[in-house]
Amino acid sequence: MTAASMSAPVSMSSVPAAVGRARRRLLWWSAPLVAFALVAVVGPMVVPYDPVTVRLGDRLAPPGTLLPDGPRAWLGTDQVGKDLVAQVLQGARISLIVGVATVLAAGAVGLVAGVAAGYRGGTLDAVLMRLADLQLAFPSILLAILIAAVLGRSVANVIITLSVTRWVTFARIARASSLVTKEREFVTAALATGAGTLRLVRRHIVPFTVTPLVVVATVELGLVILAEASLSFLGLGTTPAHPSWGLIIANGRDYLTTGWWISTIPGLALSVVVVTVGQFGDAVRDYLDPHTGSR
Amino acid sequence: MTSYLGGRLVYALFVLWGALTIVFVAVRVIPGDPAQMMIGSEGTRQDVEALRHRLGLDQPLATQYARYLAGAARLDFGASLRLEEPATQAVSERLPATALLAGSAMTLAIAVGLPLGILAAIRIRSAVDYVVSIASLLGQSVPNFWLGIMFILIFARQFRWLPSAGIGGMEHLVLPAVTLALLLIGVLTRLVRSGLLEVVDEDYIRSAYAKGLTRRAVIARHALPNVLIPVVTIVGLQLGNLLAGAVIVETVFAWPGAGRLLVDAISNRDYPVVQVGVLCITAGFILINLLVDLSYAYIDPRIRYR
Repeated sequence: MTAASMSAPVSMSSVPAAVGRARRRLLWWSAPLVAFALVAVVGPMVVPYDPVTVRLGDRLAPPGTLLPDGPRAWLGTDQVGKDLVAQVLQGARISLIVGVATVLAAGAVGLVAGVAAGYRGGTLDAVLMRLADLQLAFPSILLAILIAAVLGRSVANVIITLSVTRWVTFARIARASSLVTKEREFVTAALATGAGTLRLVRRHIVPFTVTPLVVVATVELGLVILAEASLSFLGLGTTPAHPSWGLIIANGRDYLTTGWWISTIPGLALSVVVVTVGQFGDAVRDYLDPHTGSR
Repeated sequence: MTSYLGGRLVYALFVLWGALTIVFVAVRVIPGDPAQMMIGSEGTRQDVEALRHRLGLDQPLATQYARYLAGAARLDFGASLRLEEPATQAVSERLPATALLAGSAMTLAIAVGLPLGILAAIRIRSAVDYVVSIASLLGQSVPNFWLGIMFILIFARQFRWLPSAGIGGMEHLVLPAVTLALLLIGVLTRLVRSGLLEVVDEDYIRSAYAKGLTRRAVIARHALPNVLIPVVTIVGLQLGNLLAGAVIVETVFAWPGAGRLLVDAISNRDYPVVQVGVLCITAGFILINLLVDLSYAYIDPRIRYR
């Protein structure tokens, strides 16, 4: 389909205008996202974050200050004199790691649970979906707060917590598309040729759940990054050794009068990333699934 | 209708039991013995054991669970481990503050979101439409705890117009309520706008215009009622998120509500308060969902429950 028309030597005019527009939009929004990923990966290598050293002489320097020992603190320093550039870059990495890992873990669990429920049906389906309903009956951030309190603070625990609160969305989507797919003729045909359940599911059911799951994953990525920041803000996320944006914002709350930049700057970065991911998610949906596009 | 309500009630009880059981298991998995934490490191082993006995923590898990459910049925969760009062009382004392905050935010969101959505739909692709779209996108993407801090920075610290923390007169309510409402305004505006745009091509809208109604009348009497169902659904679902958002906003603005109490209770291992808080939130969420479903029958006469 689209992939074929991209590789085949056809002129752009043979691609419907809407698809072309969706593709341009996708490219346009993926650029800032790639930039974010690059900054998150490379940034902390260039400006390493040192959680231990305290420079009380440099404390609460406003953005752009030339520090006494030479370097310029472009984004200012916090109450113990740590450079905010290093913290924000480290925070970007944590947002990226938590976001991607959570979406992958929740997506994998959701895919297995959803396909099993949709393909098998019966008791398994009923139990899994009641469990999903039960979980949806509860605001996810509150569930996250509870689980995070049980597990304690660490990057890995935040990923586990958020995966537990997010798998349901993936499971529902995977279930819905397996329900539709299993009724199609090629599944019956595969059954008739003697394909085993595992092969049938892997070769004929799962491929059809991938597109909707990718769409959900891009939308969820922004929500997960926000949820991580909220948990860290409440003191239930990462530890100060891994300064997440939420944690830096919480830290800056006590210095609003003397150091407005501590809370302001990571929040700006967080907002920009979430807006970008959201727009990218919309673009992915429009591109992969033009029928349900937004107006 | 009665059997429908009966079914919903049974399901509600099932969900409540599920939530209670999850909390029961969760608080007992949390590392750290509450008795040890309350007494501190100076206490003798005997003191800790005596307190464990008083709290019933030395009983077998099954006994604890049975007592716990029996207590829950009587809304008795025992005394708070930190506050000198029963847990139920501690939570119910702070519920009005949370209700005030969430209610104000909801009212504000509807009062602003509905007209904005209509305006954006009427003037589609105009400057107003774009401004509303961008604003609602930002409202949904900007983290509310950061926005709250920015409001404090601007309106409380810089201009000194409004207080930044605590509860009191109207002026204390403004910043937290606006912070909490912004997310909902964004959701509502988008929903009303796209809902209206979906029905404008319908035959009944054309007929309404054809019989000479003004645009105002067509929108108010023919278009809006059909948009209301998804709006009511989302408003109902968002009320749950509003309660969750209240936890964070209450923390930012030091608002003495039940949400902040719950977060504090979780980090202090104050089991009884956590249990009451979770029960309240779950019960509220179930009630809201039930009311939303029942309201459909009034909004759309075609819907009947059997």
